[in-house]
Amino acid sequence: MILGLARSWSLAGYAMAALLVLPLFALIFQALQPDEAVFGHLMATVLPTYIINSLLLIFWVSVGALLLALPCAWLVARCEFIGRRYLQWALLLPLAMPAYIVAYVYTDLLDYAGPLQRGLRLLFDWRSPQDYFFPDIRSLGGAACMLSLVLFPYIYLLARTAFMEQSLSLAHASRIMGCSSWQSFWRLSLPMARPAIAVGVALVAMETAADFATVNYFAVPTLTTAVYDTWLGYGNLTAAAKLSAIILLVVFMLIGFERFARRKQQLFQKQSRIQATDLYRLTTKQTAYALLFCGTVLLLSFLLPFGILLSYAIGYFEKSWDSSFWQLSLNSLSLALLTSLLCCLMALFLMFVRRISPRRSDTLPSRLASTGYALPGTVLAIGVLVPLTLLDFGINDLAEYIGVKGPGLLLTGSVVALVFAFCVRFIAIAIGSIESSYKRISPSLDMVSLTMGQSPMRLLSRVHLPLLAKGIFAAALLVFIESMKELPAALLLRPIGFENLATHVFQFVSDEKLEHGALAAIVIVVVGLVPLIYLNRSLEQHSG
Amino acid sequence: MISTLTLHQVHSDYQGQQVLKGLSLDLAQGEILALLGPSGCGKTTLLRAVAGLQAISQGEILINGKLVSGEKTFVPSEQRGIGMIFQDYALFPHLTVAENILFGVPKLSGAQRQSRLDDMLSLVKLDGLAKRYPHELSGGQQQRVSIARALAYEPQLLLLDEPFSNIDAQVRYEMMAEIRSILKQRNVSAVFVTHSKDEAFVFADTLAIFNQGVIVQYGCAEAVYATPNSRYVADFLGSGNYLPAAVVDGHSVTTPIGHLTSLTPLAFPSEYRGQVFLRPQQLTLSADEQGVGTITERRFLGAFCHYWVKVEEASHAYYVEVRSQMMQLTIGQKVGLTTEPHSLVLFES
Repeated sequence: MILGLARSWSLAGYAMAALLVLPLFALIFQALQPDEAVFGHLMATVLPTYIINSLLLIFWVSVGALLLALPCAWLVARCEFIGRRYLQWALLLPLAMPAYIVAYVYTDLLDYAGPLQRGLRLLFDWRSPQDYFFPDIRSLGGAACMLSLVLFPYIYLLARTAFMEQSLSLAHASRIMGCSSWQSFWRLSLPMARPAIAVGVALVAMETAADFATVNYFAVPTLTTAVYDTWLGYGNLTAAAKLSAIILLVVFMLIGFERFARRKQQLFQKQSRIQATDLYRLTTKQTAYALLFCGTVLLLSFLLPFGILLSYAIGYFEKSWDSSFWQLSLNSLSLALLTSLLCCLMALFLMFVRRISPRRSDTLPSRLASTGYALPGTVLAIGVLVPLTLLDFGINDLAEYIGVKGPGLLLTGSVVALVFAFCVRFIAIAIGSIESSYKRISPSLDMVSLTMGQSPMRLLSRVHLPLLAKGIFAAALLVFIESMKELPAALLLRPIGFENLATHVFQFVSDEKLEHGALAAIVIVVVGLVPLIYLNRSLEQHSG
Repeated sequence: MISTLTLHQVHSDYQGQQVLKGLSLDLAQGEILALLGPSGCGKTTLLRAVAGLQAISQGEILINGKLVSGEKTFVPSEQRGIGMIFQDYALFPHLTVAENILFGVPKLSGAQRQSRLDDMLSLVKLDGLAKRYPHELSGGQQQRVSIARALAYEPQLLLLDEPFSNIDAQVRYEMMAEIRSILKQRNVSAVFVTHSKDEAFVFADTLAIFNQGVIVQYGCAEAVYATPNSRYVADFLGSGNYLPAAVVDGHSVTTPIGHLTSLTPLAFPSEYRGQVFLRPQQLTLSADEQGVGTITERRFLGAFCHYWVKVEEASHAYYVEVRSQMMQLTIGQKVGLTTEPHSLVLFES
């Protein structure tokens, strides 16, 4: 809309977007380089197993998450029973639990020396592992269970909304035409909710494909652990890039599936919502079953692991509450603050250009910049390493050429790489938040302010910023939290000797003594709860 | 005297499509012009081009004789000195009424700002509401704030983009009359975009009828209504009847309802066969057993009645819509049809 000015600004927007998609393209470019030695060896030996493991994991996690999520979603959305209101939000809590922490807790509980097996042995007077069968949790199946427990809320959330939004008149019509409530569910509710459920499954599958810490802890070799090993073990960037490209392929297929499902979802969900009075009232017996199911899910996925974590933290408080804890927190905090500041600034700039530009093509930079969110942390880290390593070498060569001592690994050896990777991954959150705030500002406000003699900069400062303040704050908060929690990228890109809360906790998990890192783990979980409060509030406003 | 706004052969494209195709207009100081046309005809594009929110591809736009949009010139919106009023009022939700009104006012001393604000508030009859926020006002009040805001920095030209369509029908016309008198009192020129002919008649001095990117007729409201230059304009400004007419001489025609005389000379030669256009209120009914017409439908509308009258000539039947104060006519009754003396409107067949 503002002609002339936007031209130079949109150029800057394109430059910014180019920087942010650089890792993706660098990764693809690197993956196309020939490298027979390491990758050829991998292909001939373990790669098929890795791929099969990754796909099996995605499959089983999807199945597991569906089995947990659908009954909970339907009960909470369509039935009235005591405790429903609490369950409605409590079932979101597992999202805040990192899967590897849950995995650790359950390993502690379920392995040979754990309380469960000890109790069983005592009870039945078994003496050795030969006397009885007990499934090994440190397996692909175990990893699938752990991931299902923390990822099912994605499906729960979307399915719940879909069930709630189904038109009451359709349900009535099916009942009048002689369907029992059970038939009505199978023939009507479930098919109508299917697109939303598919979106949920796609999200779960993407998170599973990106998981590194859980499978690494359980020693289940998948594509993500292979990337990690190839880079940190062999130092072979090309092979790591090739492996990453395979993960990327899986992720892009899942994104395509998700987009497809979302389009259908819009077709299916536009009718009036269910009123509170139209819920099925459960009998006492039914209520007991409903509470038993939902309660068990909640207990296993959140309450139990969190409780155990809390008891670790209390027990080992003296040992963990020291200066290094503060140093770790400070590292996490400053990294997250810097990331959220940069993300918000860039997102604001991109969205402002998009807003004031009359050209349609200027929506492209913000779209491009958002693609980073799809990259799993491990893949992203490789993508960041490719161009930054090149740049580091270039800088040192240049220094040598002009006769100065090279600065060493200026970018990859410092937090620059880490901050850059976090920005690439999380700017999509900031863009999304600011974009939705912008949508609520009528374009005529811009026109009125411009015609009244206000320059574009004054439009931004006097009109947009005050009206966007909440959206920007939400964006900063969400990016901050995600940066606190992000593990795989931090593991691969941190400078030597640099630790933050996430890498610290993971270190203790790997070393089988999470007790010592429990305090930091609690911080991560509690910080992860904040966006859930946001999410729940916006859902309640939405339905209210 | 310099015109407030001049458009000269303005063309504009939007996403590869030509939206404006060679528009020319002239707006005198203090004149209110209505751009009237169906939605999607390019009215809003024209407003935005004048405001500098959209580029033009050919032609010139001048404000007070100064070129603002042309082949090589483009004065940005903020330097054009234009006020704009929107359908959604576009009040800043984070600012109070007073802050909204003073938003575009350049630097003035505190006392001057206060007196400007008081002036504006009393002009739009919102005294005492300065500290309110937009969401605490009714729709009509919000619209008046947006008018006060647009006038507060004394623009040379006011643009109104369907500003009344969100206001209750009951208060709409009263408010339009109020705003019209404010504009007249301040001698502000205005361009008003609407798709409603009724709003255009109430608010504007001149009409520009728009269709598909061109102005099909432009002139004083009464003249456009009385002598539409095309069927499009005639139909757009209200319903009417078309009857075959043969020109007898320079002043009269014969039609199925009889001989009609025009107050002004006709533009067609004798013997020419065209169609005469008659508005429902230009016809008069009389109960007449020997009349040419038969009433086939009657609709009571309060202050008047709408009748549909069947007129047969040779083997052909015509249905004529008549608006009449005579309430007592019944379906099936024979009636005579005459016209009020006026300038006849004749179109080609």
